[in-house]
Amino acid sequence: MRHRKAGKKLNRTSSHRRLMFRNMLTSFFDSEKIETTDAKAKVLKKEVDKLITLGKKGDLHSRRIAAKMIRDKEVLKKLFDDIAKRFKNRISGYTRIVKLGWRQGDGAPTSLIELLPDLGEEKKEKKVTKKEDKTKEKTTKKKKETVSKAKTDKKSVKKEKKVKAKKVEESKSEKEENLQEKKRVKPKN
Amino acid sequence: MAVPKRKKSKSRRDKRRTHKKLSAPALVPCPQCNELKPPHRACFYCGTYKGEEVIKIKEE
Repeated sequence: MRHRKAGKKLNRTSSHRRLMFRNMLTSFFDSEKIETTDAKAKVLKKEVDKLITLGKKGDLHSRRIAAKMIRDKEVLKKLFDDIAKRFKNRISGYTRIVKLGWRQGDGAPTSLIELLPDLGEEKKEKKVTKKEDKTKEKTTKKKKETVSKAKTDKKSVKKEKKVKAKKVEESKSEKEENLQEKKRVKPKN
Repeated sequence: MAVPKRKKSKSRRDKRRTHKKLSAPALVPCPQCNELKPPHRACFYCGTYKGEEVIKIKEE
């Protein structure tokens, strides 16, 4: 049974898998976005988050742990000096995965995984304003509800009228359909 | 060994297969270019997803 065995094997031996992800991580931090299969992108996201967390720590020990996974010294430098600093305002979730479609050769579902842009001050402000708007909406809704309760008696009367009107409409539309069908039949004859 | 007594008629065979059919793919109009595209996937006509994700599309 595979109870509590997290992670995906991706049909590879552990050494094959490890090397593949070292390659993928290196080129991902180099180019900041890569196209792979959906499954690989999902696993890569996890590994990317781990490495960026190491980069944020920034001490020598974490640099050495990261060097185990990244095969290029330049890319390692970039991760610690550039990318890690860009994500100061984010706690996690440094990547975005967009599903692209299906690969030509084997029909595998592919997706694009990319590093998210810097979360600057402007965006933070925007988020705050959005939240305020939502709270405003809620209060207005509540007011409306209280008003609507008062109107319920009137509404019930209206509803009955609406039901009647609907029935009339339905019968009308049925008649129209019948007419249309007749028209269709006629030219054939 | 147990063996079928009769050959299954074409009718019985085909009746068995009535449930074996293809379903139409789910498609939604792209908010950008209005072409039909699979949901939750980047549009492969205009290369956008949620308005911004641009994948380079070769223009003919």
